[in-house]
Amino acid sequence: MDKKIKIKAKHVDFFYGKSQALKNINMDIFDCDVTAIIGPSGCGKSTFIRLLNRMHELVPHTNVTGEVLLDGQNIFCCSMDAVEVRKRVGMVFQKPNPFPKSIFDNISYGLKVNGIKDKYFIEEKVERSLRKAALWEEVKDRLYDSALRLSGGQQQRLCIARTLAVESETILFDEPCASLDPISTAKIEELILELKKDYTIVIVTHNMQQAARVSDYTAFFLMGELIEFGKTQEIFTAPKDSKTEAYITGRFG
Amino acid sequence: MKKNNDIIQQIGFSILFFCIIITLFFLGLIIFFISIRGMSVISWEFLTQVPKSSMTQGGVAPAIVGTFYLTLGAILFALPLGLACAIYLCEYTPKGFVVNLIRVSINNLAGVPSVVFGLFGLAVFVNFFGFGVSILSGSLTLGIVILPLIISSTQEALMAVPQSIREASLSLGATKWETIKNIVLPTALPGILTGVILSIGRAAGETAPILFTAAAFYMRGYPKSIFSEVMALPYHIYALMTEGAHPDKQRAIAYGCSLILLWLVLLISGFAIFIRQRQRGVHG
Amino acid sequence: MHPRIKEKIYKWIFTVFAFSSLVFLLGIIIVLFKEGLPIFQKVSFSKFIFGKTWYPTYDPPEFGILPLILASVWVTVGAIFICVPLGVGSALYLHEIAGYKQRAILKPLIELLASIPSVVYGFFGMMILTPFLQNIFNLPTGLTALNASIILGIMATPTVCSLADDALNYVPKAFREASFAVGANRWQTLTKVVIPAAGSGISTAIILGMSRAIGETMTVLMVAGGASAIPKSFFQPVRPMTAAIAAEMGEAPMGGDHYHALFAIALVLFLITFVFNIIAEIISRRYRIKLGLSG
Repeated sequence: MDKKIKIKAKHVDFFYGKSQALKNINMDIFDCDVTAIIGPSGCGKSTFIRLLNRMHELVPHTNVTGEVLLDGQNIFCCSMDAVEVRKRVGMVFQKPNPFPKSIFDNISYGLKVNGIKDKYFIEEKVERSLRKAALWEEVKDRLYDSALRLSGGQQQRLCIARTLAVESETILFDEPCASLDPISTAKIEELILELKKDYTIVIVTHNMQQAARVSDYTAFFLMGELIEFGKTQEIFTAPKDSKTEAYITGRFG
Repeated sequence: MKKNNDIIQQIGFSILFFCIIITLFFLGLIIFFISIRGMSVISWEFLTQVPKSSMTQGGVAPAIVGTFYLTLGAILFALPLGLACAIYLCEYTPKGFVVNLIRVSINNLAGVPSVVFGLFGLAVFVNFFGFGVSILSGSLTLGIVILPLIISSTQEALMAVPQSIREASLSLGATKWETIKNIVLPTALPGILTGVILSIGRAAGETAPILFTAAAFYMRGYPKSIFSEVMALPYHIYALMTEGAHPDKQRAIAYGCSLILLWLVLLISGFAIFIRQRQRGVHG
Repeated sequence: MHPRIKEKIYKWIFTVFAFSSLVFLLGIIIVLFKEGLPIFQKVSFSKFIFGKTWYPTYDPPEFGILPLILASVWVTVGAIFICVPLGVGSALYLHEIAGYKQRAILKPLIELLASIPSVVYGFFGMMILTPFLQNIFNLPTGLTALNASIILGIMATPTVCSLADDALNYVPKAFREASFAVGANRWQTLTKVVIPAAGSGISTAIILGMSRAIGETMTVLMVAGGASAIPKSFFQPVRPMTAAIAAEMGEAPMGGDHYHALFAIALVLFLITFVFNIIAEIISRRYRIKLGLSG
């Protein structure tokens, strides 16, 4: 395997107050691949991906030890700024969360907070991001309408476009289809497959078919531990661990 | 037995209904009497002229203007403080001990009797800082009175902003302050404005805090600077009822002033209450 | 400027401003002590509190504030008889009986009652209630403790009502459902389940209503009559603490004994309301914990 490692977790432990939510996680996330994280609710999968762009810091009384290396640099190192990390590692959330602003302002927001003022550049970037998120055709005539008027699936693609606009290299998806209907879900999955040409993608999902459809690698989490990590095909056809097998065949979860 | 219970229930409900009807009866009574009796005094002159013939004729324009200045000053003072305090409490989530300390002091400040604010203003703004009895002293004192109200309504507005869009902003690489400025405050703005309008109503009607810090019974013209004394509607009503040499004529004017003040406050507060109800939904 | 430094500066500014309430509260306490304590060099503390005569402008002056304290207590107790049944009753009706539409109309009206300025209440009391009371009870003056109690009671009703309404909000729905499930009707559920569960929340509302009534200034100044004798009946004019401060501060020479005495009254008044607020705070915190809500 000579693939480039984009993100490397080394001995990551995570605590909410005194209770330990992640135990000694070691995992590699490869460049330009889709890595799926599966496991029953409360297994720590969402906790884990929120660490990858330091979103866990929004919750008080949390503590993390170990290292997460992004292109070889520890993101928890004191010389790294959380804002800097989040510019490089974007995130799409469970529920679509557009700002109560226009479609255009939603996409351009990330550019503006990053200090870009060139109007022409912003307009071009907005269009390109919307095209990449397969939303351009649906909204090009109403860019200045409120984003809240879009359907749930459109809102989620808008949130993806918003992340694309800031040119992060990695995108974290935290159960992006949890609140969507099957058609919207299919569109998002299609989009993820398209995006992996340029981006490193990590997706948390409780839907195993979804993991099987979109991912190249799969990690199985259980009770805060990484039980098994490997090629998606192998995990789903020939899991090494009996717990993984039990979960995949639907004996618990 | 079953029937008995139903009768008791019917009686109980009726008593409770009676309670709310009496309460609202007083609201109606106050509005009715003051409107009916004050109406005859109201005229264009009354609203736009200065008082004449030792307060028995002319208008109350300086008192209306004075109330406007005092209220404006109070908001200008209290709004930045209140906003900053609410932002700190909601967005920067300080340690539990700090939150409790600040919350207890806000609650207690809200419970301080209004005349005590007046004494504080007298001792600190009028005497210690040497602002004298003036618009400035009165505005600062009123500002402290409405500060808890502004903080709590702003807090409510900020807490109504969904956490998810804060996360979205941060995940795009915005800093905390950028998130507050660009996302949180614009979203909370309607709620914050409602709180400000309610505070305006409160500040316009307060009397005791300006008793020793700003109010004058009679002024020939309009105040010239923020260091001038000032007439104010609520104080004017009180003074007309307790001072001066022509009680009967003054009473008529007091009715007029009460009518203006009452409706001013009812309209301002009513507007805010209406908007807030629509924002919260009825059961909120 | 480096963004990280900018962020720190903003946070610092907010932190400083956030403490403004605390600063003002401490400022009030300091001012009251500084300006109030000097009177105790002239009169002993116990003579000040328990002295039966308040003649601050006599020669020699007498600074006994017992009549003022009792006047405050009387009008507040009188107000409780009005604001507790009306306020709690209204809250129960609003929360437990009124439908969605009724509530949407009634609740804003109660809030409107709370927004009426105290000087307008006072004016209403002087002009309408005074002659009315004078006639039906055949009194020499209508400006009495009774008048003040009634007006204060009406003023405190919306406060009690909205706080009691909040308290009822905290009673979990499951309590009511459990009661209905065993066949209780709405009235039985209300009296046997909801009111006991909301009891300490409602008592908080009453305490804060009292706190509001005892600190109210303009109305008592205008309608209580102003006589500084020890009250013996509700049909007498009285002079509560707030009224004494508001009426006399204008004439008290700054820095004189009278001035300090008035600040000392304000200190007593402040401590009373402070204790009320703290008690209410403690009860409501326990109450929320009891119902399984976070403090």
